Amino acid sequence: MSTTEKALKSTRFIYQDDEVLEKPFDWSVLRRLGVYLKPYKNKMIPVILLMLYGAVTKLTVPFLISLAIDNVIDPDTGNGNVSFLAIYAGTILGLYLIQLFANKVRIRITNIIGQQVIGDIRNELFSHIQKLSFRFFDKRPAGSVLVRITNDVNALQDLFTNGVVNILIDVVLLVGIVIVLLTLNFKLGLAIMLTVPLMFIVSTTLRKRIRRSWQEVRLRQSRINSHLNESIQGIKVTQAYTQEKENIAFFDEMNTSNRLSWNVASGLNQIFTPVLEITGGIGYFILFWYGTTLVQSGEISIGLFVAFATYISQFWEPINRLGQMYSQLLIAMASSERIFEFMDERPSVEEKEFPLELPPIRGDIKFNHIVFEYEKGRPALKDVDLEVSAGQSIALVGHTGSGKSTIINLLCRFYDPVEGSCEIDGHDLRDISIHSLRSQVGIVLQDTFIFSGSIRDNIRFGRLNATNEEVEAAARAVHAHDFISRMAYGYDTQVEERGNVLSMGQRQLISFARALLADPRILILDEATASIDTETEVKIQSALKVLLEGRTSFIIAHRLSTIRHADQIIVMDHGRIMEQGTHQGLIDKKGIYHGLIEAQYRFLEEVI
Amino acid sequence: MDVLKQLRAYYWNERWLLVVSIICLILSTAIGVVYPLLMRYLIDDIIKLEKYNEVLTLSLIVFAVIVVKAIFQGLHGLTGSRLGNRVAYNLRNALYQKLQYLSFQYYDKAKTGDLMSRLTADMDAVRQFIGFGFAQFLNLFLMIGFGATIMFTIHWQLTLITLATMPLLVYTAIRFESRIHPQFQLMRQAMSNLTTAVQENITGVRTIKSFAREPFEVDKFMIRSDEYKNNQIGAAYIFSRYFPFMEIFSLLCVVSLLFVGGNLVINGTISIGDLVAFFTLIWFVIGPMWGVGFHINQYTQSKASGERVLEILNHYIHVKDREDAIALKKDQISGHVQFEHVNFNYPDSEPTIIDFSLDAPPGTVIGILGGTGSGKSTIIQLLLRAYNVKRGQGSIKLDGMDIRGIQLESLRQAIGLVFQETFLFSSSIRNNISYGIKNVSMEEIIRAAKLAQAHEFIMELPLGYDTIVGERGMGLSGGQKQRIAIARALIKNPTILIMDDSTSAVDMETEHDIQMGLKEIMKGRTTFIIAHRISSLRHADEIIVLDNGKVIQRGKHKQLLEQDGLYRDTYANQYADLIKQPEVQS
Repeated sequence: MSTTEKALKSTRFIYQDDEVLEKPFDWSVLRRLGVYLKPYKNKMIPVILLMLYGAVTKLTVPFLISLAIDNVIDPDTGNGNVSFLAIYAGTILGLYLIQLFANKVRIRITNIIGQQVIGDIRNELFSHIQKLSFRFFDKRPAGSVLVRITNDVNALQDLFTNGVVNILIDVVLLVGIVIVLLTLNFKLGLAIMLTVPLMFIVSTTLRKRIRRSWQEVRLRQSRINSHLNESIQGIKVTQAYTQEKENIAFFDEMNTSNRLSWNVASGLNQIFTPVLEITGGIGYFILFWYGTTLVQSGEISIGLFVAFATYISQFWEPINRLGQMYSQLLIAMASSERIFEFMDERPSVEEKEFPLELPPIRGDIKFNHIVFEYEKGRPALKDVDLEVSAGQSIALVGHTGSGKSTIINLLCRFYDPVEGSCEIDGHDLRDISIHSLRSQVGIVLQDTFIFSGSIRDNIRFGRLNATNEEVEAAARAVHAHDFISRMAYGYDTQVEERGNVLSMGQRQLISFARALLADPRILILDEATASIDTETEVKIQSALKVLLEGRTSFIIAHRLSTIRHADQIIVMDHGRIMEQGTHQGLIDKKGIYHGLIEAQYRFLEEVI
Repeated sequence: MDVLKQLRAYYWNERWLLVVSIICLILSTAIGVVYPLLMRYLIDDIIKLEKYNEVLTLSLIVFAVIVVKAIFQGLHGLTGSRLGNRVAYNLRNALYQKLQYLSFQYYDKAKTGDLMSRLTADMDAVRQFIGFGFAQFLNLFLMIGFGATIMFTIHWQLTLITLATMPLLVYTAIRFESRIHPQFQLMRQAMSNLTTAVQENITGVRTIKSFAREPFEVDKFMIRSDEYKNNQIGAAYIFSRYFPFMEIFSLLCVVSLLFVGGNLVINGTISIGDLVAFFTLIWFVIGPMWGVGFHINQYTQSKASGERVLEILNHYIHVKDREDAIALKKDQISGHVQFEHVNFNYPDSEPTIIDFSLDAPPGTVIGILGGTGSGKSTIIQLLLRAYNVKRGQGSIKLDGMDIRGIQLESLRQAIGLVFQETFLFSSSIRNNISYGIKNVSMEEIIRAAKLAQAHEFIMELPLGYDTIVGERGMGLSGGQKQRIAIARALIKNPTILIMDDSTSAVDMETEHDIQMGLKEIMKGRTTFIIAHRISSLRHADEIIVLDNGKVIQRGKHKQLLEQDGLYRDTYANQYADLIKQPEVQS
């Protein structure tokens, strides 16, 4: 348990942390990030030049002003020549005007480059994730993948757009000011420089503590957010179980600990600048005291004195910004590590280098001595042998966890067997290209996935180049056309994943239409139709008949009618095939299958 | 400011923090103005008039000024942040409390994303404004006030000439804000589109891989990614159009100060110390000017955020206790449920329940069968008082008392409800099962789990009852979740048990075992079973068949089988195979 966990007395709700924890500075991460900048190397050159111009201008102007003061304005040392003054003012004006254009161009180019780089990283990350296999997604909640693609990539945004350039500007400014000060008057410059190390030490120490405290805040904040989300989702349960008061008490505790961590973090944040200013004040003290002494002895002029005052005031802003940038950099690095973690994942189901393109499938399937486990030590399939001829319908029967879904997963090559091989038409699945396999195998799952778009788009997902007529034909064939036409915008009705537009039954029909449109050679389907009313069930059954015609099919079956009519029934238990055969054949055997069927009758007759 | 008034309750107790914060800010700004005057004194008096003996004193004063200013700045920051954090704490608690009691009706319409954004982003905006924004806004005027005043006292014409570009700066700053604001909206929208696309992609990864649609998804993603990128670049363009101008309007002040001010020094109107002081003082005015647009924007945003937060706080609670509502202890309730000619429709909808009547004495099992949208779930939600039956639309009675006259807590504590869609919290299985009651022993938890036929599979899990479930926890199958939900209801020892399609994902054998167990413990108590499967409610004392909100058939299983109607049709369909093929009888 983390310290924060221990601090919370109540474990009424438990939220696991998936937060960005700061990691120490790591050059290798920076180098890897730098690779993404490489394609834009050439565009960076004008940026750097423009930026240098800005820095040089900032360094030159105070000096020009000091010259104007000493040579023209000062009643004691200046010549009072107004036209000279005009030249000085004019020069400065000119420098500023050029800077106007320089900045305009620089901001644009910098952002374009920055956004391109981020876009490249984002696209690469997403494409790579698409290649990964089921195993990768099994282990990770959707939220944690989402947050890498959005939040973590965005954390790099500031770094790549303004960050890099600002760091360069600030470093140049700092170095420049130091050089200028030491050049203008070595003694005074050096004296003032003595405060710099002090400022760095103070700044670094405080920043470290500030960073840690914000980390605490982020952790607690994300827990609160998780809880808020969950409490909204589960509000009906809360009210039905009269847990409002208890939840409020729990939340108060969370809220309080959050507030306390905020107090620490924001408190530290607020005193940071004042502390730094006081440290900087020492420099001013030195300037006023020692600097005046030098003026008194004639070593420096008033103009130079004023220049020093200006440079000092310009000095600690870059220091502050660099400090902030460093903190941001650490977070950006933590985010990049998380991004690279995903990018370095290899798909557990990988294509061979030159895979075979599977010709149109006949439908002969063979499983040879398959052994498979999802996790080490918990075998899901133990030595499974299976042979199916083209056109046959196979019903898979058994309890949850018996291995039915696993067989289907292996057939589609969502996972590879640990031992043994799966063959289609004599080809080992590992030899053929994944695309040629999956485009010929149609799968209808228990969780029907509807994405945002029109109903038409959802059906067309089965075959992207299908015409509207073909889409409608598929919908008709599965008895979905009626309810679709009755909807407000028909096929163009917009639906969403979590939306309430479609009922469970309707969603299932749409996924059948999708599968039909894809016209697969092998059809795999999970029949469970929980929570669907009888009328829709009837429709689904007839839709199924249409779908199954002429194709080799694997069905995780629940309905007796489906099972009975299958060419082969496979009874599974704890990862093994226990019985195999036709309905009548298995009944006659009087084994497990017979027992299952008999139980159904028993329940029918029994009076409770 | 009206929003500030309405939110008063949340910061009024800490108003002294606000006062101290503002006073410290005023003092800090005022003292800050002293520095240029010290500089002027140094140049005009100490250097020009060679009063060098005062140098050390002056230098110490300068240091002291910086220190005092910093201290007040720090105090302002500390009190401001404390205040902001308190306000956030108070508001969050209030919002959370309110949300716990808002009715089902509210949640039917509310979108989680929208609520979350009010609870996080909007709340944060309010915290920021009350803690700092307001004070900083004030500070703009203070700085401009102090700075300009001193400049005016030195030489008002110089002040005006130097600050001539200020109106241009303000105008540009405001224009910039008005341009960047809609751009930020676009950016937020593009990001939201991107997020939705990714979320769908990940949730539907199995379907996508099944159809080998990865390339399609990548293309879809890239389009949105590019859109987001272009929006961001668009924002940068806006920056690039306005910022350089704002900068030059500020820098022009320096140039004109040098020239005009320099001239004034040359002809002796002002001293050189005055000029040097001016160089510092102008930033007291220029600085705030940059921020004018930003602060106006922030105020508008905070106001909008405040309104969104208040909307929740002020929202009407549809279902609540009447003043004269009676509290009943659980053992006082026997569980006699009566519906008398109940009519109900959801707001702005067709009637869902039409003239529904029911008499269920304690100890009865009532089965309700019907298609999707027939009104089954609505009936039990009315019993739970998730929605109110309107006056004149019939009444629901518990033990002869109208439920609108009973305290909600008493009513709901007597009811154990298993929802159609199972929701488990992020917590251990143990905590989930015991969610509805206090101080329960492990034995009772196990007992409930056994009754729900869940104990076995729980013990097979690596951490058993301590396994964390919920969104980020262990993935359980539909049937397993349902059984935990059943245990959750049973452990309450409810007088009325309601099961809404609660065994739909459970196989027949397990369902049968659960029913046997329930028969025992629900003796003398009332049970409602809503289902699609006849096997789930075949044994009920009265089965009610609903169609489009109306009762079309009622009676016992055998009676209904003898009638022509939906019940028999459903039975025929569900048991078709078993009825037609009696060959198994051994």
